[in-house]
Amino acid sequence: MSLGRAASLILAKELRIELRSRELVSTTLVFVLLVLVLFSFTFDPTTAESHRFGPGLLWLGILFAGSLMLQPSFVREKVNDTLSALRMAPIDPFAVLLGKLAANALFLFLVELILLPIFVALYNLPILPILARLLLVLSLGTIGLATTGTVFSAIAAHARLRELLLPLLLFPVVAPLLIASTEATVSLFSPQPQLDPVWLVFLVAFDAVFLTAAWVFGEYLFEE
Amino acid sequence: MAANETSADRSSRGRSTFWTLIVAAWIALAGYAVLYVAPMEKTMGIIQRIFYFHVPSFWTAFIAIGVTTYSCIAYIATRSPKWDWLSVSSGEVGVLFLTIGLITGPIWAKPVWGVWWAWDARTTSTFFLWAMYVTYLLLRTLLDEPGWRALLSAVFGVFACLVAPFVYFSIWWFRTQHPQPVIGDGGYLDPTMGKVLLFCWGATLALYVLVVRERYQLEELRAEVDGLRMEAERRGL
Amino acid sequence: MLASVPARRRFSAIFFAADLPYVVKPPSISSGFSIQFEGIEKRYGMRLALRGLSLRVAPGEFVALVGANGSGKTTLLRIAAQLIRPSAGTIRVSGKGDENPLAIRARTGMIAHASFLYEELTAEENLHFFARLYDLPQAPEACEAALERVALDARARDLVRTFSRGMRQRLSLARAMMIAPRLLLLDEPATGLDPEGQSWLGGELAKMHGDGCTILMSTHGRNEVQSAVTRAVRLQAGAVAEDSGERGDFRAVLAGSVAEN
Repeated sequence: MSLGRAASLILAKELRIELRSRELVSTTLVFVLLVLVLFSFTFDPTTAESHRFGPGLLWLGILFAGSLMLQPSFVREKVNDTLSALRMAPIDPFAVLLGKLAANALFLFLVELILLPIFVALYNLPILPILARLLLVLSLGTIGLATTGTVFSAIAAHARLRELLLPLLLFPVVAPLLIASTEATVSLFSPQPQLDPVWLVFLVAFDAVFLTAAWVFGEYLFEE
Repeated sequence: MAANETSADRSSRGRSTFWTLIVAAWIALAGYAVLYVAPMEKTMGIIQRIFYFHVPSFWTAFIAIGVTTYSCIAYIATRSPKWDWLSVSSGEVGVLFLTIGLITGPIWAKPVWGVWWAWDARTTSTFFLWAMYVTYLLLRTLLDEPGWRALLSAVFGVFACLVAPFVYFSIWWFRTQHPQPVIGDGGYLDPTMGKVLLFCWGATLALYVLVVRERYQLEELRAEVDGLRMEAERRGL
Repeated sequence: MLASVPARRRFSAIFFAADLPYVVKPPSISSGFSIQFEGIEKRYGMRLALRGLSLRVAPGEFVALVGANGSGKTTLLRIAAQLIRPSAGTIRVSGKGDENPLAIRARTGMIAHASFLYEELTAEENLHFFARLYDLPQAPEACEAALERVALDARARDLVRTFSRGMRQRLSLARAMMIAPRLLLLDEPATGLDPEGQSWLGGELAKMHGDGCTILMSTHGRNEVQSAVTRAVRLQAGAVAEDSGERGDFRAVLAGSVAEN
């Protein structure tokens, strides 16, 4: 069975479970909303400068949400030892990681999509002319976050203090991604919106490098 | 314990002491060179001399990180504990040198440029690098089982090294887009200064090798003790 | 594991002399898999779970693994399932046809204390998921047949979360049987089952044994699940202490282990 097919099966299973319980997406959404509103108290979102600060806060919110949401993904597989069941199946070991990664990326992206109109309303930012490009930046950033986050949550699952460990592992590594995504978003929200090619290539490179690294080293994360 | 020491142990201790003395002498000579041989710098005065340890610390730290990354990959491929011992030794010393560099930087910057921390591209990126390798060491303390500790920290070590170029580029490009008042770097390097710099770099490298060796031997001893304990358990002692 | 990562192995063979424990052997004649453990050692920190364990299981044998808690039974079974990588030693699993570790996993089933089931999915969804993951031909029919065989077809649309221990055990068996395994690994399957459940399971295992499937089962005490056992091996402190062999008196070994328990 090909890697893609096995990963899609696992992704479908994740989606079905989430659809039934709806716990991850809903709690993450509420959390990010709270964070965005709290952030607005630290500076005034109505000033003309909001198009410069707003995107940074959006991405910070996504980062915090991600670091909380990524953890349950592997802890859930410890119930009834389903992780071993997946590892025993005749599939490429990377399929498990890829399926989970894709699921995490999708959940995060869903949260961002729901968040976007609210964010735009709260910070009074023009969105329609740049929507397609904004979605591109969002998806590239989310893929990078999901990739590193899923790998590190697999690492943290074996350690003590895992709730504290995942953000600790994640934040320095994800910092360049955050910078790139924020800058790309800022240039999209500026008076003359444009998609900065340097940051775009950077995001693609980051995602490519870390997806490859996850493919090479992923199976060692589950070894016993 | 002295009664059971073999002649091999004694000669190993002797060699260790010899090299420690050599490295100590080298560092002392470097200190002398920095204070008396290197010419006085025109604008910054005596505080500039800290540069002779500030810069080599970073160079050696990068070498330490390179060695750590290589041995992380080697561990993943071979699962031989020796690579794990080397990873942690080189990692710790790397963090040590990064810390030295990050502390000497502000000490140099404050009297010369008036600020402790400039948020410029290089220092900020190096700070992130420091944070990542401190996290590497912290991760090791939080993983109890030695097999997982070695394997998972090795994977993290590889990821940390992979992200380093991204960190440096993104912060550098960010700074180019949002420039701040340029803080002079002083491009010109007098030949004597250059020689002193290289000599000091040699001193830090020698120190690196010495400390890594000692740390490695410590890990090796720990593993030996664990092995002996297991053997005793196996024989039911 | 090997077949899926040839590039990586070549890389490590060039730069660092790597050594992987899983070896693939050419095809053999009978239909059950045979297993050969050679000098298996597994270390967890300072604890040695298995030490220099060597054991040969012929195709079609039904072997009972007995021993006190902590003697290494679970570790051995998980190594056979390719879940745990031994610290030293090799394990050879061979079967009929042109097979590789992936193909062997495709026909290896396991039943343990954990049910390997997703609580938030129905019985049917669980089986469908695994059936597709194992690439079974005519997956929906195979799942239906498996559910019928374990008498859970009435509860097919119910969430596993609502199942009792016995029902989970039955569904777990369905999951394992569905793939028509040539090797079945069981880790103390009788725990939590009432005598009726135990004799039912014993009957199912006897059927599979009759089909030629190799069965390796760790077990405790005397119970109905052991009805079709042909050989017993006692483990002690991570090594083989007693082996009744292919034609030996396995009941004596079983009885001996009961006495020590």
